[in-house]
Amino acid sequence: MNSTPLDRDGAGAGEVSVAVQDLVKRFGAFTAVDHVTFSTRKGEVFGFLGPNGSGKSTTIRILCGLLRPTSGRAVVAGFDVASDPESVRRRIGYMSQKFSLYNDLTVLENLRFYGGLYGVTGARLSQRINWALRMAGLHGREDSRTATLSGGWKQRLALGCAVLHRPPIVFLDEPTSGVDPLSRRQFWELIQQMAEEGVTVFVSTHYMDEAEYCNRLALLMRGRLIALGAPSELKLGAVQGDLMLLETDSLQRAIEAVRKLPQVRDAAVFGNALHLVVAGAADANQPIRAALAAARAHVLRLEVIRPSLEDAFVALTASAAAAEPIR
Amino acid sequence: MPYGRARRPMPDSEHAIIVSALVKDFPGVRAVDGLTFSVARGEIFGLVGPDGAGKTTTMRVLAGVMSPDSGSALIGGCDVVRDPEAVKRRISYMPQRFGLYEDLTVRENIRFYADLFGVRRRERDLRAARLLAACGMSQFQDRLAGKLSGGMKQKLGLVCALIHTPQVLLLDEPTNGVDPVSRREFWAMLYDLVGQGVTIVNSTAYLDEAERCHRVALMHRGRLLFCDQPGRLKQRLPGDVIAVVSPAASQLRDSLGRLPGVGSVLLIGDAVHLFVDDASRRIPEISRALESMRLPFDEVVQITPTIEDLFVNAVSERERAA
Amino acid sequence: MSARRLFALARKEMIQIRRDPRSLIVVLLMPVMLMALMGYGIGLDQTDIPLCVYDREGSQLSQDLLKRFVSNRYFSLKLNAEDYRALADAIESGRCTVGIVIPLYFSKLLNAGQPASVQAVIDATDNNTANLIIGYTQAVVARFSADVQIDYQQRRGPALGAPVLNVEARTWFNEELESRNFIVPGVVALVMAVIGTFLTSLTIAREWERGTMEQLISTPVAPLEVIAGKLIPYYVIGMVDAGSCAAISAWWFEVPFRGSLLLLFGASSLFLIGVLLLGFMISALAKTQLAASQFALLTTFLPAFLLSGFAFPIDQMPAAVRMVTRVFPARYYVTTLKSIFLKGTGAAALAVPLAAMLIFAAIVGGAAVRAFRKTLD
Repeated sequence: MNSTPLDRDGAGAGEVSVAVQDLVKRFGAFTAVDHVTFSTRKGEVFGFLGPNGSGKSTTIRILCGLLRPTSGRAVVAGFDVASDPESVRRRIGYMSQKFSLYNDLTVLENLRFYGGLYGVTGARLSQRINWALRMAGLHGREDSRTATLSGGWKQRLALGCAVLHRPPIVFLDEPTSGVDPLSRRQFWELIQQMAEEGVTVFVSTHYMDEAEYCNRLALLMRGRLIALGAPSELKLGAVQGDLMLLETDSLQRAIEAVRKLPQVRDAAVFGNALHLVVAGAADANQPIRAALAAARAHVLRLEVIRPSLEDAFVALTASAAAAEPIR
Repeated sequence: MPYGRARRPMPDSEHAIIVSALVKDFPGVRAVDGLTFSVARGEIFGLVGPDGAGKTTTMRVLAGVMSPDSGSALIGGCDVVRDPEAVKRRISYMPQRFGLYEDLTVRENIRFYADLFGVRRRERDLRAARLLAACGMSQFQDRLAGKLSGGMKQKLGLVCALIHTPQVLLLDEPTNGVDPVSRREFWAMLYDLVGQGVTIVNSTAYLDEAERCHRVALMHRGRLLFCDQPGRLKQRLPGDVIAVVSPAASQLRDSLGRLPGVGSVLLIGDAVHLFVDDASRRIPEISRALESMRLPFDEVVQITPTIEDLFVNAVSERERAA
Repeated sequence: MSARRLFALARKEMIQIRRDPRSLIVVLLMPVMLMALMGYGIGLDQTDIPLCVYDREGSQLSQDLLKRFVSNRYFSLKLNAEDYRALADAIESGRCTVGIVIPLYFSKLLNAGQPASVQAVIDATDNNTANLIIGYTQAVVARFSADVQIDYQQRRGPALGAPVLNVEARTWFNEELESRNFIVPGVVALVMAVIGTFLTSLTIAREWERGTMEQLISTPVAPLEVIAGKLIPYYVIGMVDAGSCAAISAWWFEVPFRGSLLLLFGASSLFLIGVLLLGFMISALAKTQLAASQFALLTTFLPAFLLSGFAFPIDQMPAAVRMVTRVFPARYYVTTLKSIFLKGTGAAALAVPLAAMLIFAAIVGGAAVRAFRKTLD
């Protein structure tokens, strides 16, 4: 990384919806959240990316007013989570990966139940329920038991329940894990629409394909924010040098040969091909071809490819881990 | 890894697994619907599809722990219905749910599975040491399995599955919930095994993971959509995919969708993905159109379609046909 | 059958028991707790039962009998009634639980070698207490009667004397009238029932719930190895617990032990194997811990507690219930235990209950093997 994405202006243009300053949460001697600072603007799809135990869930619980921070400040929709958690809770929606729907209730009963929880009543309730049914594509299935719905429908119903009270901020915990790609794309369409209407959407996940859909990503590791930026920025900034794809008739001979080259920083098998990390593709091309020829491995394809978000994630966590010894 | 003992002559030396017309019904749903495929020896074969596609049921039938309603499956020449116990001697199966004892330590779990497969003590100790070192877990031998992280649990599952020498390794969503760094280590171990002649069947709901397999079977509602190498699968997608990266991606979407030659439009993060008839012709056109509309963008590039793109395309076409 | 796999399974199970606080409590504390509870808490004996007497005769002999009641720790004299009415009032008001009425001509009849009877009026609102009091009263009167007989024989020569009241044969093997002697050996059955069925039913259902069974059945392990490997640790634990319960009975509660130790262990093994197999069968069928534990409770613990004759005598049950008790091995085991402890009965005399337990184990064993299949279907 030449410039850490953290140096950039965090939220960009627009009204700030969540502001987190120097947030710390300790559980005994363990620091779950370690001086985290970021802010989001209205209408943003903001991703929290990190492995289990990285502090994602703790941060989100603080932002939902469920946990008090040890120090630092978090302001959500204009209210301080430490001093006024009730006001915060009224202005957020939360949807977990396990879709907290009652399987033995019908679609309508679930919606009414959540309407009751969020204090949505009367004409407003029937209007919102109508909206939710349309959004989820569940018109005509109001009286179906939730248990009989497919994954994609359940997921959209859960979203409908979570935003029945029109919260300005929505938290989604691994919302699309395991759902079929078609439903997943439909779901993200809905999320984008909500964002365009000014809702701030927080997505916490450790799946790269979910992270791709976010406008901006915060990468967390061991409680620390190690990178912050748009997916394309992270992809470009994370891998030092170039990533090359090599297809050859003998992976085994090829990998042994290229690993000996000083220009090749890393070589890994990827399906039927190798991924090579090199300082500069132009300088590495010839030595690689020469080494492969010497090892009697035919080059079928050798070209520069764009790093994936996963490449970026691996590179960023590796450099963060190198910078700080394991606690 | 010494491989001699488990290698037995097989009737069909080319194929480690032959599945034909496999059907499995559950009350109210046909989980597997006439599945036919075969897996070559030393291949990493991916069973890819969303939840409910029938992956886990297929894996269970292959592992000999569930019997099909019709059709057959041969593993190493043994029929899973007629001789499930012979199959069980030749395979290692890692179920979707962590199948190890959380109240046993890493070492105790390894020992337990080694004993079940009759691995001799010296061989076990050698193998365990090497496998644990390969996945960076040597210092966790006395930790309870329940106290391991998700990634380490999966790696321990793999170590236990490999404590004997299976001909076929069946992995049901092995990297579900595993962080990318552990996932890379996990795959490095798989590639290593394939180098030693083990056949691997790996199921996943993450289509991006399919790219790592030698060959994939895309499954949807119990049926096979495609079965081919990932690279060739992508060529089946009609047309090309273009990405327009922009700080205001969501504002670009509608304008882009109206341009000639553009099919579906997908907003993904800070980019808009366009499915076009011909990339080389449309890229300059799109750049010019955006400039003339004074819409901000960073770049317009052709990208390789993903397996997800192919999947969505195929499923929507089928649904349109139906 | 591979000894290696069997040992691996048994070893794994032992480690898991050691690391599971819930199992450890059941294994280590439950026998002691049940022993203490049954030995002291539900010790059915009562002392200082409020007593009222009405002596219509007022002779030396009648006073001697009443003195036996008064000097006994079970009774405590509250009222010496002047007439029957006063006695009835004392019982009705609840001041006294039992009233003893000695009839006119009591000593005259006895001295003449004629049978006489003493009336006991008992507040039977609490059925159990009433039964106890009847027992105590009968015992006091019986002993008195025996003394009178000896006295009579000494004076009149060895002619057959007359009993004062029917002497209950029931107290023959429990001379001190300690109900504890009946209860405590039965606790061994209760402990084994819980260890045997309850714990084993949990251990296999747990493997289904946690998903470890799916991996286990994909290995070359044989069903019989799974059954035996799972049950061996619990067999060992069950026998150790049975031994310690027997030891507590004999040394702490001073229950007489008159039989053969070897026979006790043999009979206990038979019973334990039967309930272990039942536990295995339950969990193979139930697949969730909750269902398994409820079913285990219903089929083992409750029968062992209610239908075994351990606390509630079988011969006082309705005929239909008596029939039901024959299905459960606990009944045979409790019979065997009491006979070994209190009578010192040998194996030959216990052939029927031992055979019954063997048959139970064989049937349940066959069902268990059939119930456990290496498949998810």
